[in-house]
Amino acid sequence: MAELQFREAIKAAIDEEMAKDEKVLIMGEEVAEYNGAYKTTEGLLDKYGYKRVIDTPISELGFAGIGVGAAMNGLRPIVEFMTFNFAVLAADQIINHASKVKYMTGGQIDCPIVFRGPNASAGQLGATHSVAYDSMYAHFPGLKVIYTSEPDDAKGLLKSAIRDDNPVLFMESEQMYGLKGEVSDEEDYIIPIGKGKIKREGEHVTLVAHGKMYHLAVQAAKELAKDGVECEIIDPRTVKPLDLPLIIESIKKTNRCVILDEAHPFGGLAAEVGFLIQREAFDYLDAPVQRVTLPDVCAPFAKNLFDLWYPSVKQVVDAVNQVTYRN
Amino acid sequence: MAKKKSGNVEFAPRGIGDEKSGAVQKGVDLPAATKSKHKDLGLSAAKLKAMYEQMYLQRRFEERAMQQYQKGKFGGFLHLYIGQEAISTGTTFALNDDDDIITAYRDHGWGLCRGISANEGMAELFGKATGCSRGKGGSMHFAKAENHFWGGYGIVGGHIPIGGGLAFANKYEQNGRISTCFFGDGAVDQGALHETFNIAQLWKLPAIFVVENNGYSMGTAARRHTVADIVDRADGYGMKSAVINGMDVFSVYEKMKEIADDVRKNSEPWFVEIRTYRYRGHSMSDPQKYRTKEELEEYQKNDPIERLKTYILENDIAKEAALEKIEEKVEQEVLDAVEFADNSDFPKDEELYEDMFVEDDPYFHT
Ligand SMILES: Cc1ncc(C[n+]2csc(CCOP(=O)(O)OP(=O)(O)O)c2C)c(N)n1
Ligand SMILES: [Mg+2]
Repeated sequence: MAELQFREAIKAAIDEEMAKDEKVLIMGEEVAEYNGAYKTTEGLLDKYGYKRVIDTPISELGFAGIGVGAAMNGLRPIVEFMTFNFAVLAADQIINHASKVKYMTGGQIDCPIVFRGPNASAGQLGATHSVAYDSMYAHFPGLKVIYTSEPDDAKGLLKSAIRDDNPVLFMESEQMYGLKGEVSDEEDYIIPIGKGKIKREGEHVTLVAHGKMYHLAVQAAKELAKDGVECEIIDPRTVKPLDLPLIIESIKKTNRCVILDEAHPFGGLAAEVGFLIQREAFDYLDAPVQRVTLPDVCAPFAKNLFDLWYPSVKQVVDAVNQVTYRN
Repeated sequence: MAKKKSGNVEFAPRGIGDEKSGAVQKGVDLPAATKSKHKDLGLSAAKLKAMYEQMYLQRRFEERAMQQYQKGKFGGFLHLYIGQEAISTGTTFALNDDDDIITAYRDHGWGLCRGISANEGMAELFGKATGCSRGKGGSMHFAKAENHFWGGYGIVGGHIPIGGGLAFANKYEQNGRISTCFFGDGAVDQGALHETFNIAQLWKLPAIFVVENNGYSMGTAARRHTVADIVDRADGYGMKSAVINGMDVFSVYEKMKEIADDVRKNSEPWFVEIRTYRYRGHSMSDPQKYRTKEELEEYQKNDPIERLKTYILENDIAKEAALEKIEEKVEQEVLDAVEFADNSDFPKDEELYEDMFVEDDPYFHT
C-alpha cells in the first residue's frame, strides 16, 4: 500500500491507462500546459505530448462532442470537465448522443468515452458551481456513473472506466483532491464498476453514503459510537449500476437505514435507494428510512446560509436517532 | 428618465404575404452550375449511369416510402430528401469509400448512397428487425458504420461536434481518411456549430462541414432565421469555404472532390454551403403555408435527376431505352423492398434490452 492524494490516484490511473493503450487520450480545459486546473493531469503533457494531452477552448459542448465522435471512430478519449457544473453545457452530447448512439444504430456503434471531473459543492462558490449531478446522469439509460470517496476507489474505478467500452461518467471533488489514503500498489489495480463496499461494520443502522458524503458518514459514526450506536457504512462507489444486494444485505442485519446524498432531495439517489429498500426489504425495516440531502434550494454564498444548506454531521446523527427511536 | 417610444415593435422578420412586387420569393439563390463536361471531371459513361441510377433510387425509394407512410404502414417522422439527391450522390462519388459521412435526420438518400440496400432502408422505416439499424432507429437514424456512414441524427446541430470528432480520430490515427458532416440551414444557428468550427480550425481537423441550405428550417425561411449569407460564417473562423449549386450533380462532384483533395493534403477544415431545395414538406405533416407553389415550381425546373438525364441523352452517353431499363430495375428494387419490409418480422421483445451496452448481460435498473 502506498499513501496517495486523491489527485495522485486519479493521475496514476490515467497515466497507467495511457501507457497501456495508445488510443487513450485526455482533453479538456487547462489539462495540458497548465497541468490541470486541479493538477490531476500534472506531468502528463511532458510524458505523452501534445497529441494525447490536449488543451481545449471553453467549449464544453464542442469538445465533449468531438470526444464522442472520436470514441465512435475508434479512440478512447477521457474528456475532463473543470467541474460537472459546466458539463451541463455539454449535456446534449452526454445524454442525447453518447448514451444513445449504440442503441439507435442497432448496436453498430460503440462509444468508449470517459467524462470526468469534480462534482457537487466545493464550498462557498454560489448557486451555479455547487450542484451534484451524479443522480441526474444516472437517470439516463446507457450511462455508467461513478462518484468515489477515497483515493483507492478512485484509482481502481477510473482504470475500469477508461477500459469500459461504454460511456462512463467519473466524478471527483475539488474538496477531496488533497485527501490522502492508502492505495493498493497491486500492479494493474482494478475495481469492477458496480461494486460497492462495506467500509465500516456495525449492527444498529446502515448508512449509505458515497462521494463526499461518505466522510460525513464516518464522522457521524464516530459520534454515535460514543453513545453505543454502531453504524454500518456502505459506500456504493458506483451510482449506476447500483450495488443493491450489498445494501439490502446490510439492512437485513441492521433493520434501519439513513441515506446520505449530496444532491437535492427530489428524485436523487436517496429517493431511489429509499424506494428500493421498501420494495426489497420491507419486512426487515424497524423504522422508516430517512435521508440527509441538500434542501430544495440553490446554493447560497453567505457562510451562515451555506452551513445551513450543506448536510452536516448533526443532521446525520439526528436522522440516526430518529430511525433508532432514540429521540 | 428615458422617453417611451411609440410605433410597432417586431422581432422575427415576416414570412410570405408581405411582398410588394408580387415576384416569387426564392428560398435560396443557386450559383451557376459548373461548365465542366463529364470527361473533364474524369467521369466515365458507366459512372454517369451509376450516378443516375443512384439518384433515381433515392427518389423512388422515398416516393414509395411516402405512399407506405400514408397507408399507415409505419409511424414516426418521415423527412424526405426529394430534390436534394445531387448532394448525396455527387459527394459520395467524390469521396473515397472509407471517408466518413455523418448527417442529420434527412438521411435516407445518404444511407442508400453508402450501401444501405433498399430492403434494409425500407425495413428500417417499417421498424423491422431486418432494417439497417435493426428497427431501433427508424427514419431519422439510418446508419451503416461498416461503410463509414455514421448515421442520421435528430438533434438539430447535435452531430456537428461529432463530425469534428470523427475527423479528430482520423487525424490522430493519420489514416488518410477525411470526415464530412452534413446538416441543414437551421443547424447553422446552433452554438454547437460555432464551437466546433473554432476547434476544428484551431486543431486543423480534416473535416468538411456542409450546410445543405434548402431555404427552410421547417417553416422558417433562411432569411427569417439567420443573418447574412450562411457561408460567410467561415470567414469568422478563417476557414476555407465554397458555395455550390446543389441541384447539379456535376457541380457537387467537381467541387467536393477538389475540397476533399485539399483536406486530405493539408488537414484543414472547410465550410461549404450547398444550395438546394426540398420539394416536399419538412415532414409528412407540413401544410407548407410558408412558401408558394410558384416557388417550388421554379426549383423543380432545375430538377437534378432530369438534368442528369438530359445531359446523358444530349451527349449520347446512353440511349433513352438504356435509362428506361435502369428506371425499371430501380422501380422493381423499391417495390421488392416494400414487400421485404412488409414481410419482415418486428424485433423480438428481448431486443428492447439489446444494444444498450457492450456487455452480453448488462445491468438494468428496475
Ligand atoms: C435541438 C432541436 N431543436 C428543434 C428540433 C425540431 N426540428 C427538427 S428539424 C427542424 C428544422 C431544421 O431545419 P434544417 O436544419 O434547415 O434542416 P432541413 O429540415 O431543412 O433538412 C426543427 C426545428 C430538433 N430536432 N432539435
Ligand atoms: Mg433547411
